[in-house]
Amino acid sequence: MRLVTLAGPPACGKTSVLLRTCAALREAGVSCAVLKFDCLLTRDAEAYAAAGIPATAALAGGLCPDHFFATNLEEAFAWAQGTGAECCVIETAGLCNRCSPHLRGALALCVVDNLMGIDAPEKIGPMLRLADLVLVTKGDLVSQAEREVYRHRIRQMNNRAVIRHVNGLTGQGCRELAAVLSRAPQVETVTDMRLRFAMPAAVCSYCLSETRIGSRYQKGNVKKVKFGGPGAGQTEVVDGD
Amino acid sequence: MATDALTLARLTVARGRDKSGRPEAGDVDFAPGQVTALLGPTGSGKSRFLADIESLADDDTPSGRRILLDGALPDPDRRFELQGRLVAQLTQNMNFVLDLGVERFITMHAESRQAADPAAVARQIIAAANALAGEPFAPDAQLTQLSGGQSRALMIADAALLSWSPVLLIDEIENAGVDKARALDLLVKSDKIVVIATHDPVLALSAHRRLIFEHGAVRTVRERSAAEKRLLTQLTEQEAEFSRLRERLRRGEDVDS
Repeated sequence: MRLVTLAGPPACGKTSVLLRTCAALREAGVSCAVLKFDCLLTRDAEAYAAAGIPATAALAGGLCPDHFFATNLEEAFAWAQGTGAECCVIETAGLCNRCSPHLRGALALCVVDNLMGIDAPEKIGPMLRLADLVLVTKGDLVSQAEREVYRHRIRQMNNRAVIRHVNGLTGQGCRELAAVLSRAPQVETVTDMRLRFAMPAAVCSYCLSETRIGSRYQKGNVKKVKFGGPGAGQTEVVDGD
Repeated sequence: MATDALTLARLTVARGRDKSGRPEAGDVDFAPGQVTALLGPTGSGKSRFLADIESLADDDTPSGRRILLDGALPDPDRRFELQGRLVAQLTQNMNFVLDLGVERFITMHAESRQAADPAAVARQIIAAANALAGEPFAPDAQLTQLSGGQSRALMIADAALLSWSPVLLIDEIENAGVDKARALDLLVKSDKIVVIATHDPVLALSAHRRLIFEHGAVRTVRERSAAEKRLLTQLTEQEAEFSRLRERLRRGEDVDS
């Protein structure tokens, strides 16, 4: 089965683009299954079902959604294989901008939108830096100049990705994207595949549902910041114990 | 770092078919510095034509057209890489959304194009935009505070002088407080392939040639004749008279004499 990971900040148009692209794939005779990893709420599975695309959603709830994604990847892949689909797309919202769901050996897509501000490409981090293809949405709402500067900023963060403008509302660019998806790498099993970027450590007391504030409640992998360090705006991070 | 700028000496839209499958009039070649107006009623196929150029159609769209770059079909990898980058667009829906001053932003755009002197380029673009805009703006004005006409003027000047795309597609210039004749002049000098979809007779006659659309295909290609050029001069004068009258009314002057 061909395997694709798709990541991007919330509400940037991931699902709209993917819906249109899967429809175009189906027209081209390639069946697609979609898995959505999210935190609290998603209605996307219904949207895919309405479009006749096998889809399922997994909600991380109280867990870190990206760790949740990694720990459930084998099961997710098995489900997609069960649908008989030729291409499996796993969509995640990289909510803390520190994670990247991209896997070595699978096609990695990142979606960003043109309304996010000029510094967004720098802030988004590894899910953009390590993507093979960066898709920019909402370009029809901003000036050509802004699109070009934004694209340049993306290029500075990732100098090998193909950067493309797509429109999830009109479907512009989605047919071409479908052609790329139909050539995504074939993967027999996800077992022993590697993430392109290590996920952040998350083993402090707050990971275990601690709600109280104060040093005395903090255990495990705790880092303390020394605010107002030497240069303006500089802070020093000191490892806790 | 890979450069995203492109150069193109000729773009050819190899003929496709209309909505009933009948062949189109013929191939259409586009050259830098040439302005082409697209005319035809809504639904006649202007948007499809522009979308075919933008997506580098290869007999894979409803029109069956193919796009050749410098006389050749781009290979699939090159094609995917170029799609959406070949064409700079200006439409009526576009707005500046960044919370930055004009000069700072245009300098940033010039830097991204690796201009030798970004500050000088920015000054040049702001001056060009102010020459087009009915009411000038200061270099330190915020992008989001510009009026509709000022935004449009800045977008045109920036696209003409700084955009990396060899093809510039404009959806109507009129009704926006922009000096059309000067805008056209700037665009011609930009050495880009300029395509304008319009219903405005002055703009249509300002173009070097016109493509007339019908039923999803190009029906005729009309080069501007000498007589049409004289008509353009006449229309432009009438338009100027119209503006003078508008100004006098705005100032509360008598117009009955």
